[in-house]
Amino acid sequence: MLNYIWFGMMLFSVIAGIVTGRIDAVTEAAINMSKTAVEISIGLVGIMALWLGIMKIAEASGLIRIIARGLKPITVRLFPDVPADHPAIGSIVLNMSANMLGLGNAATPLGLKAMEELQELNPKKDTATNAMVMFLAINTSSVQIIVPATVVALMGVTTSQIFVPTLLATTASTVTAICMVKLLENRKMFSVESGS
Amino acid sequence: MIEAIVGGLNAAARYIIPLLLVGIPLYAISVKKVKVYEVFVEGAKDGFTIAIRIIPYLVAILVAVGMFRASGALDLLLNFLAPALNLIGFPPENLPLALMRPLSGSGSLGLLTDLVNEYGPESLFAKIGATMYGSSETTFYVLAVYFGSVSITRSRHALIAGLTADAVGALSAVYICKLMFG
Repeated sequence: MLNYIWFGMMLFSVIAGIVTGRIDAVTEAAINMSKTAVEISIGLVGIMALWLGIMKIAEASGLIRIIARGLKPITVRLFPDVPADHPAIGSIVLNMSANMLGLGNAATPLGLKAMEELQELNPKKDTATNAMVMFLAINTSSVQIIVPATVVALMGVTTSQIFVPTLLATTASTVTAICMVKLLENRKMFSVESGS
Repeated sequence: MIEAIVGGLNAAARYIIPLLLVGIPLYAISVKKVKVYEVFVEGAKDGFTIAIRIIPYLVAILVAVGMFRASGALDLLLNFLAPALNLIGFPPENLPLALMRPLSGSGSLGLLTDLVNEYGPESLFAKIGATMYGSSETTFYVLAVYFGSVSITRSRHALIAGLTADAVGALSAVYICKLMFG
């Protein structure tokens, strides 16, 4: 799937670039974005190290396990393949909490920690498991309950008016994400064996 | 009432990170006698490897997204989709943002800024835009980073589920805002 979308985006861009006369900008964007990608990754090193260090302390003190146990009724339904007291559940819960509060800087390292722990349970290392897809779908649909600071800066006093609509819209998209994952995970074209 | 909630949440958010940075080690050192400094360094070591492992995945996705944005493909798509959108009552002014949201965080913030500057924060377009922006995530980026960090190339149904959720989120933003402010 990603194979076709990735290639399709580039092909469509080159064709569109030729049609609109912006082919030079397309070339420039390709080169610049490859640099940006490395800068973003390198920029993550410090913040990753910070949160992974704190997470290790939380793990060693048993905090992660306590959190995982507390939210068991929800997590066993969303992630039935993951043992309820597995450290991955703790990381998932912490990542989602950070996302809810709009703490993007903390959410990413926590999320990647969760992915690493989910990967330990994965028998086929290059293919996503059901639990990983569920985790990602919830993440990409955003579960933020705080209006992002950038939006507050832009909207000023109007921010309080969009609080309720944002909450409703993000709930709709998260529910959709969960339903779509559950609906598609047993489809043949997305199975672990044939999944692309 | 809503103003108080929003204000309270945003004020509380400022204290969460410092509280976590101090609270977790405090629990560990006082209740469980964990050697916090040593354990911290042990965990922090992985930061570098994970960040570096993401690079090829992020290059692949960001290059494709960058080419797409630079090519004017969005405008072509806009013209193509406009008639269908009119039919379902989706304002064409909000479509660039809806299409950009899953692709690029900075790109969609730029488009939201344009909407606010052009129509003002009180306008329906700006409110819809801000709702769209706040209720969704940069799906392609999240996919590249999260799967990249564990070297997964076969993402199965993750993208289609994510994009469907984005579409529902964008449509909800339009209809909810129209209902509340329209």
